[in-house]
Amino acid sequence: MAERSFTKEVQQLRMGAGETFTGEGILAITKALLESGVGYVGGYQGAPISHLMDVLADAEDILGELGVRFEANASEAAAGATLAASVHYPIRGAVTFKGPVGVNVASDALANLASSGVTGGAMVILGEDYGEGSSIMQERSHGFAMKSQIWLLDPRPNLPSIVDMVKQGFELSEASNTPVMLMVRIRACHVTGAFEASDNQRPTLSVADALANPQRNFERVVLPPYSYIHEQEKITKRLPAARAYIRDHGLNERFGPETGKVGLVIQGGMYNGVIRALQRLGLADISGQTAIPLYVMNVTYPVVPDEFLDFANGVSSLLIVEEGQPEFIEQAFSAELFRAGRTLPVHGKDVFPMAGEYTGAVMLDAITECLKLEAPELLPGPVRAPNAELPQIPDLTPIVPVRPPGFCTGCPERPIFAAMKLVEEDLGQHQISGDIGCNLFSALPPFEIGGQTMGYGLGPASNAAFSGGGEKRAISFLGDGGFWHNGLTSSIGNMVYNKSDAVAVIIDNYYSAATGGQDVLSSRADNASRSTNNSIADAVRGIGVKWVRELDDTYDVGKMRATLNEALTTPYDGPKVIIASSECMLNKQRRERPLRNAAIRDGRRVDVPRFGVDEDVCTGDHACMRLSGCPSLSLKTLDDPLRDDPVASIDHTCVGCGNCGEVADAAILCPSFYRADVVHNPSGLERWMADRRAGVRSWLQARRDRKRLSFSGATE
Amino acid sequence: MNVQSLGIAPADADTSRAILKVVIMAVGGQGGGVLSGWIEAAARLDGRAVQMTSVAGVAQRTGATIYYIEIAPEGSDIPVFSLAPAAGDVDVLIAAEMMEAGRAIQRGFVTPDRTTLIASTHRALAVSEKVVPGDGVAQSDAVRGAAEIASARLIMADMEGLAVSAGSVISASLLGALAASGALPFARETYETAIRNAQKGVDASLAAFAAGFDAALADPDGTLASPKPSASTQPQGPDALIDKWQALVARVAGYPGPIQDITMAGLRKVVEFQDADYGATYLDRFETILALEGAHADPVLSQEAAKHIANAMAYDDVIGVADKKTRQSRFDRIDTEMRQTNTQVMQLTEYMHPRAEEIVGLMPARLGHWAGARPKVMGGVDWLFNRGRRIRSDGIIGFGMLYAVAGLRRFRLGSLRHAIEVEHIESWLERVRETADRDYALAVEIVKCRRLIKGYSDTHARGLSKFDRVLAGADLVNGRDDAADWVRRLREAALQDEAGTALDGAMETVHSFTETSDL
Repeated sequence: MAERSFTKEVQQLRMGAGETFTGEGILAITKALLESGVGYVGGYQGAPISHLMDVLADAEDILGELGVRFEANASEAAAGATLAASVHYPIRGAVTFKGPVGVNVASDALANLASSGVTGGAMVILGEDYGEGSSIMQERSHGFAMKSQIWLLDPRPNLPSIVDMVKQGFELSEASNTPVMLMVRIRACHVTGAFEASDNQRPTLSVADALANPQRNFERVVLPPYSYIHEQEKITKRLPAARAYIRDHGLNERFGPETGKVGLVIQGGMYNGVIRALQRLGLADISGQTAIPLYVMNVTYPVVPDEFLDFANGVSSLLIVEEGQPEFIEQAFSAELFRAGRTLPVHGKDVFPMAGEYTGAVMLDAITECLKLEAPELLPGPVRAPNAELPQIPDLTPIVPVRPPGFCTGCPERPIFAAMKLVEEDLGQHQISGDIGCNLFSALPPFEIGGQTMGYGLGPASNAAFSGGGEKRAISFLGDGGFWHNGLTSSIGNMVYNKSDAVAVIIDNYYSAATGGQDVLSSRADNASRSTNNSIADAVRGIGVKWVRELDDTYDVGKMRATLNEALTTPYDGPKVIIASSECMLNKQRRERPLRNAAIRDGRRVDVPRFGVDEDVCTGDHACMRLSGCPSLSLKTLDDPLRDDPVASIDHTCVGCGNCGEVADAAILCPSFYRADVVHNPSGLERWMADRRAGVRSWLQARRDRKRLSFSGATE
Repeated sequence: MNVQSLGIAPADADTSRAILKVVIMAVGGQGGGVLSGWIEAAARLDGRAVQMTSVAGVAQRTGATIYYIEIAPEGSDIPVFSLAPAAGDVDVLIAAEMMEAGRAIQRGFVTPDRTTLIASTHRALAVSEKVVPGDGVAQSDAVRGAAEIASARLIMADMEGLAVSAGSVISASLLGALAASGALPFARETYETAIRNAQKGVDASLAAFAAGFDAALADPDGTLASPKPSASTQPQGPDALIDKWQALVARVAGYPGPIQDITMAGLRKVVEFQDADYGATYLDRFETILALEGAHADPVLSQEAAKHIANAMAYDDVIGVADKKTRQSRFDRIDTEMRQTNTQVMQLTEYMHPRAEEIVGLMPARLGHWAGARPKVMGGVDWLFNRGRRIRSDGIIGFGMLYAVAGLRRFRLGSLRHAIEVEHIESWLERVRETADRDYALAVEIVKCRRLIKGYSDTHARGLSKFDRVLAGADLVNGRDDAADWVRRLREAALQDEAGTALDGAMETVHSFTETSDL
């Protein structure tokens, strides 16, 4: 069950011509796929297109009605390979994953696909995870498109443009026998808006029909001599066909006048940012009418030289707005201008920063800078000669704390890393590597465990060089998502084959949690359309691991610590795998809270645990914080002149996971924590017992208070 | 003071001014998506073109998140909206937490020419603030000060508190404050309809919406003081003990005015910890310091001593913990915090982990010393007691055990732990007394070092070791003009991290110049 349900929203996918669709970018893309007559869809989740996978999963009925096959692929590589269906068969297909890391994983399949070429339109919906909000290395997918010759679409970020470009993308793909990637940036995935819907199209050839009538053509197999022929085909046939299609169908757009002192060449995705900067300079109105010639590239690869040169003919200088690096488009166009013997000034990375996102401020500054150089008379007076005094606002940089993402309240991974930290206190620091997923937050305070991540499912593999044994053993962490994605073979298989004397901890939280709680092979949920409940332990033993320990309660910090200790000290010198399983708390709460509330309403007995801190027992040393970092465990400053330091405090968002108590016990921290179990709808006997207990306590308390001085208000 | 650069776009040329730009900055899990959804819905209800975007992380619940809404002017077609906010170009900034308001100001999203800043004053502490052994909490006052300068209009209140009291979440109270601000041209009813149409927790959301609305109107910048509950100063107990208490109070009444309050607080703490006679001992100890005050106009030394002697004398032992855990006032407090109705029953579980040290500490001093000197005995005691114990303190047996341990109070002053504590207090105070004549400021700093000793078991041991090291540092700088300043620096370094890395660095510095000056 995914984090977000789109069951209500996906009903809009049934809309037909004449209706207006209103919603998020990812929903619009899904609708566009159906209107394009896709025969199959697939993909692998990851921000910013995780929700696209959720939409597809929630739309499975609608997809089924149209005869569209949906694969929730095991990895981006599997998703990329799925597009093979469009090589021999005239079936349109689309898969989605994040870029550029998803493209990295899929690159083997994509390169083969691009060499073979496609008959049916093949499209990758690529969520480009770049700039603010990104969680990965900052690179461009553009380079991949170029090296394998896959066309790269970068539509203007509004719903009608995106929808149109999905449809045009399939046509382009078929016209040039080349797969395409449609790139959407983080905000465009979540942008809301509206567009005029069309009727959904059933695929002209369904995958079922194709299966009944198999086809093959050896010329499409990537083997010599065909692989050499494919390369020639790419240049002699597919590229010219694509350029012709792009030009003839006006995929790239021109705005503003034909001529001007400065012409802007813009990636489609940058269009809105450019217009905003022009609006702020008084050079465009709010509907985007502008006094500056714009050449907007909804297709950023391949470039169409004659179309570009035609634009360049009308202007005295150019500004190329291309986010990220290297500046492929700027290089390409500079070469085209040189070949054409043109010498007009080309601006781009001279006024824009080479690295980093083109934010509103960057865009405004760079365009202003370029206009100052080439057409200062276009700028409004105050920009040319600023005289307004800028306000003096104090710099808060030293005060505002950084706030990276971390483990959620009640996360089952927290006690694992608390145990790891305690083990390191006993046995010293170890070589530890992390993986992709929630578990990587262990690298941040308060745990600061693990100093590297080499890719999804590659945690144990990235310790390979250290697996020959020695004074200390290397430890690696791997989530269940990473395990099934790539970890079983690349990491665990690698350990087995190389007789690795190292420890791998597989954290099984029942979901692909970091991407929004999608199911994986070992999820415990019953999923009507997928096979779940496949055991990680069986897989690990099946691949040859002899030393396997399974823990089914990660909150048992003592046992976790003992198991880690055992793995690090046992004389056994082969691979050691610990599988620590507890359900992702976010998903557990989402599943259980409505049921619990219903049970309480219905008058059934429900025990709701929550933790608390005795603030007069807490000394404010914050030792517990350094083994937790839980959002619900915070600090509070007491109104007590005798106390210098704030004390621990647990707020109402506590889910009673037990970590605080377990850690306080295992690390022998302090007796400040208590667990309060509030029993809703207790039985009569229970209530009677509670009353008796309260009676005895009160009697004892009163007895003692009669013999001493007490300040009842002083503890509050 | 550093000044950040702002967007340079001149207001009169800017055609995009007609578009209303709203930024929401929140901590993951606060419902920023819900809030922006409501605002978007309200704009659509008003018949306007609107666009919402976000860079919300998918799942994790603790990172900073940002949502952005652009609203077209009335009667306009769909304009070209921007997908991201720009510095210097924001009409309304909603910060769902105080430091997120600071982050917004830092990023230039709040400018004095136009931005209405609506911020919740509550804090969701970042991990970096929580892990500091001392007080690492960022200062909200600095953010408030900057907000007053940076914003055109400021609305601040504890929106989280308002929402929680209304049984809802902060997104609803913030929407109410937005409605009250009038920063967007929508009627209150339009916002309320947006909440109703979302069909989720409607009643609670509307209640929190109203609370936010009212708070924004009644006290826009949240500066009206909230009344503080005053702790009771008059103890309850048998008449004979009350008389003893009165005698102690009379003694304090004879002290100089400025130190009476803190001494009373200290006195209450030690009397609560043990008894009235122990309170008299506290005053005896305190008076040896007070006598050093001499002609000092500002009696800092006695003020600090009143506080730290009380904290030192009311040390954290097993008896004290058991006593605090079994008091009626504690059960009442937890009851108020946890239980919603009287029909619910509550069970309490304590997490105790006594070690041999704690057990031996309870023994009479001579026996304890004997045992402590014999590893085999200690090992045996450890084997018997050292394990985690879950105690049901609401139950008769669990409560009874804790009650019995708390009852050991009458033997406390003869225990090994007490002997150790007294020795430590006396040597510390002796040092203060020796120093005060020569270097008053240094004496104050030595008193304050007592703050380093806190926590239980290992944490306590680490605190003691830091205390010892800082005082060793005090010996090194003794006699210098800036000795007090150095001890303050050492203490602050000791409070920065658990392992004492900052303290190591500071000590190294002290060593470097004390050694060279010897040459």
